[in-house]
Amino acid sequence: MTVSYAPVAATGTFNLTAWVVLLPLAGAAVLLFGGRRTNRWGHLLGCATAIGSFVLGVVLFFALLAKPGSARSYDQHVYTWIPVPGFSADAGFHLDQLSIVFVLLITGVGSLIHIYSVGYMEHDEHRRKFFGYLNLFLAAMLVLVLADNYLLLYAGWEGVGLASYLLIGFWQHKPSAAVAAKKAFIVNRVGDVGLSIAVMLMYTTFGSFAFGPVLNGVPGAKTGTVTAIGLLLLLGACGKSAQFPLQSWLLDAMEGPTPVSALIHAATMVTAGVYLIVRSNAIFDAAPNARLVVTIVGAVTLMFGAIIGCAKDDIKKALAGSTMSQIGYMILAAGLGPIGYVFAIMHLITHGFFKAGLFLGAGSVMHGMNDDVNMRHYGALRKYMPWTFATFGLGYLAIIGCPPFSGYWSKDKIIEAAFAQGGTSGWILGCTALLGALITAFYMTRVMLMTFFGQKRWVADEEGHEAHPHESPWVMVVPMVILSVGSVAAGFLFSFHSAFLNWLSPVTGHSEGHSPINSVVLQVITLVVVAAGVGYAYLGYGIQQAPSSPPLGSFATRAARRDLYGDAFNELVFMRGGQMLTRVLVYFDMKGVDGVVNGVSAGLGGSSGRLRKLQSGFVRSYALSMFGGATLLIVALLLVRG
Amino acid sequence: MNPDNYLYLSAILFTLGALGVLIRRNAIVVFMCIELMLNAANLAFVTFSRMHGALDGQVIAFFTMVVAAAEVVVGLAIIISVFRTRRSASVDDANLLKY
Amino acid sequence: MGNTGHGETFLFWIGSIISIAGALGLIFSKKIVHAALCLCTVMLCLAFFYMAQGAVFLGVVQIVVYTGAVMMLFLFVLMLIGIESQDSLVETIRGQRWLAVPFVVAFGAVLIGVYAHANLPKFVGTDAANAKGGGNVQSLALLLFSRYFWAFEVSSAVLIIAATGAMVLTHRERTVPRKSQRELSIERFERWGKGEKIQVTGLPNPGVYAQHNAVDTPALLPDGTPSEASVNATLRGRDTVRGFRPLPLPSRGDNKEVSK
Repeated sequence: MTVSYAPVAATGTFNLTAWVVLLPLAGAAVLLFGGRRTNRWGHLLGCATAIGSFVLGVVLFFALLAKPGSARSYDQHVYTWIPVPGFSADAGFHLDQLSIVFVLLITGVGSLIHIYSVGYMEHDEHRRKFFGYLNLFLAAMLVLVLADNYLLLYAGWEGVGLASYLLIGFWQHKPSAAVAAKKAFIVNRVGDVGLSIAVMLMYTTFGSFAFGPVLNGVPGAKTGTVTAIGLLLLLGACGKSAQFPLQSWLLDAMEGPTPVSALIHAATMVTAGVYLIVRSNAIFDAAPNARLVVTIVGAVTLMFGAIIGCAKDDIKKALAGSTMSQIGYMILAAGLGPIGYVFAIMHLITHGFFKAGLFLGAGSVMHGMNDDVNMRHYGALRKYMPWTFATFGLGYLAIIGCPPFSGYWSKDKIIEAAFAQGGTSGWILGCTALLGALITAFYMTRVMLMTFFGQKRWVADEEGHEAHPHESPWVMVVPMVILSVGSVAAGFLFSFHSAFLNWLSPVTGHSEGHSPINSVVLQVITLVVVAAGVGYAYLGYGIQQAPSSPPLGSFATRAARRDLYGDAFNELVFMRGGQMLTRVLVYFDMKGVDGVVNGVSAGLGGSSGRLRKLQSGFVRSYALSMFGGATLLIVALLLVRG
Repeated sequence: MNPDNYLYLSAILFTLGALGVLIRRNAIVVFMCIELMLNAANLAFVTFSRMHGALDGQVIAFFTMVVAAAEVVVGLAIIISVFRTRRSASVDDANLLKY
Repeated sequence: MGNTGHGETFLFWIGSIISIAGALGLIFSKKIVHAALCLCTVMLCLAFFYMAQGAVFLGVVQIVVYTGAVMMLFLFVLMLIGIESQDSLVETIRGQRWLAVPFVVAFGAVLIGVYAHANLPKFVGTDAANAKGGGNVQSLALLLFSRYFWAFEVSSAVLIIAATGAMVLTHRERTVPRKSQRELSIERFERWGKGEKIQVTGLPNPGVYAQHNAVDTPALLPDGTPSEASVNATLRGRDTVRGFRPLPLPSRGDNKEVSK
């Protein structure tokens, strides 16, 4: 079915859209500007605004649900941002099926994580600031998904980048955290350049930033321009979603507190790239080359993240590698076109549930193990942390794609859509996705076995405190439970009578792909592959214990431990190359430019030093020069006059 | 004889006076050479007045003499002052404007 | 009239040789007084030239004012400051002479070349102009007080200012009161008391004799020797003290010399 972008002006309930953004924004302002005065109740206000936004989101969702499928698109104009003649940029919010889904995800998971953070950050003296930043992040992310024009989307994009920086480097006294925050921001910036140029191109091509003129005007634009815009949007998405080649920041971003990793680097911010691509589906539909690059990027990152996740001993970094890989799945699905958009978003939502749950579980484990992140020091924790074990386990089952949990529904659809692409690329992508499923099963099982099963490998931390794993307080457990409910049920609910598909397809368009392999056969193959991964991990980590200190491992293991040399490559090519370029320029500046200037001044000084010797002080010398000059002057005059 | 020869004589005297200014070191001799140059110019003026048959040349020569007299007065007074303070009558000794 | 008469031609050639010789003498003489006198010669020759060309008044003024007054000023100043200083003709500034001569020669060549190539009109002579007013002086006066009246007034102002300036420049303000004769004498005796060998009394006058009584003639001490102190130190320094033939001393009738 064809897609058209035709919003109607917001009326009645839909005018609440702006409040969805304003509530957390106001919360952030109060908490950050209020200062220490707000310390006592700051966390409560932060949770209140997040929950308030969620409630509004639910209200808006039901209001949309009440409308027929074709009339679920509303624009609320908030104010005229840049009133310059000949240039229009307004601040307005656009509510439709896609954005409400994101709003619910962001505010829902966000509220749960806010509540979790009340307990997790209880002993941190800067808790109020943490909630201020979290609210700021919520506001920026909501602006991003609710914006009705690309410029405002870019503003939200930058806002989440800022919030990510602030939150990763929250424990700013740790140099590693500060460096990680800087790295995240800088790598994001590279992607942002792509997005900004794309936005500028949009303006010059379509004459406006708003979604309507841009998306509806795509058929009239040149293919080359549209491909360029698509590729630049992809660059932006790579930066924000940690896709290859801008993936190096995501693992370092785990320096931030675990709620941050759960909210930003699992559920929401890193999915902004997927949102961008799906929202701009009209552009990618008209640029098959850009779409091909999108699928390639998705496939490469899929494998990249999976391989890295296999070798990490840090539980958060293993989960971060998993996030990178799962987002690779989403990008791959988005790159497949109308056959995959809906499944990309569906996987995004389910991934939000189970990955946030997994991260919160990891945070709970760390909380009980004196903030130790090394899985080699864990072991046999299921007896001591039953609730954590249960929720983590449900999330684990969801992510590996075990039926009937949610991951099974969404991931299988992606694999099927990959095969349905057709041609060689279809086979390659499909097999890559299957292989990715195998490796996902492997490393997730590894994490489960090393953490919750086996023998105790606990060690005392630096200050000599023994590890006393205990269950976390209820304020941390309840959000995990709610998220695990989502991990269990969300997938089934979405696929029931293709509910999600019907809901979202007016926005993205959907076409049925024809996979060369029968879908039932494919599901069986997937299950076999997953079981193989689980079995292999059990062989490695279930039967024998994981050694307490990491063994040398094969070349692949060593490479995976070093993030498949991603950082090394960046350092060699960009950092050292940049330094060399700087040194050359400095040399040229000092010797060349300064040389010219200094040379002029030295020459002037030298020549004036020599000239002043003419001032001998002798009257007769002066008289001689005067006389000689007069003679020459007379001769010249005579020559001229004839 | 063509009265133009007076002009040539004036030119030679002027040249000799200029040479004296540039070569001699004693302030008074230099001054006297300047007087010689002035006189040579006066001779030229008088010759030209004879050439044109108008007395303007002579009047100008007259004024030149007046000015030369005044100039000698002041110049010699300066030389005396310089001599009193510096005890030297050489123009080369007044070289304080050296770089 | 085009050419000059014989008399003037003769005057010109003699006069020009003398004036050039005088100019060379001015430039090259070591003693400054000689240079001053050479300049006077040149000026006199020029005065004759003026008179020969019909500028009679100017010629007389040249002698009276220029040679008479200006050169006298020069000689006065020479006397005040310059009589001892002998100019050595060795050049101290490097390259001055080598540069000066070519430049000067070039200038002279240019000047003479200009005169030679110029389209000078034929000489008219000043007779008619002189006759217009009834004589050279009257004609000059007619011109001076009509067309050049403003210049005349200004030049008078120049002269007054010059005279005032000279007085200002050479005025010496006494910073300590002038020592009286009594004070000077006391000072001399004090110095003599400390052992300094000075003349405490006044210096003797130069000798006054029947044949010689100039300042360079020394006086005779009681024993017949000439007194060095009676002659100006300057003259002593220049070694121009007049020695004198041994004067015939008053005899006691037996024509025997008094022993010195």
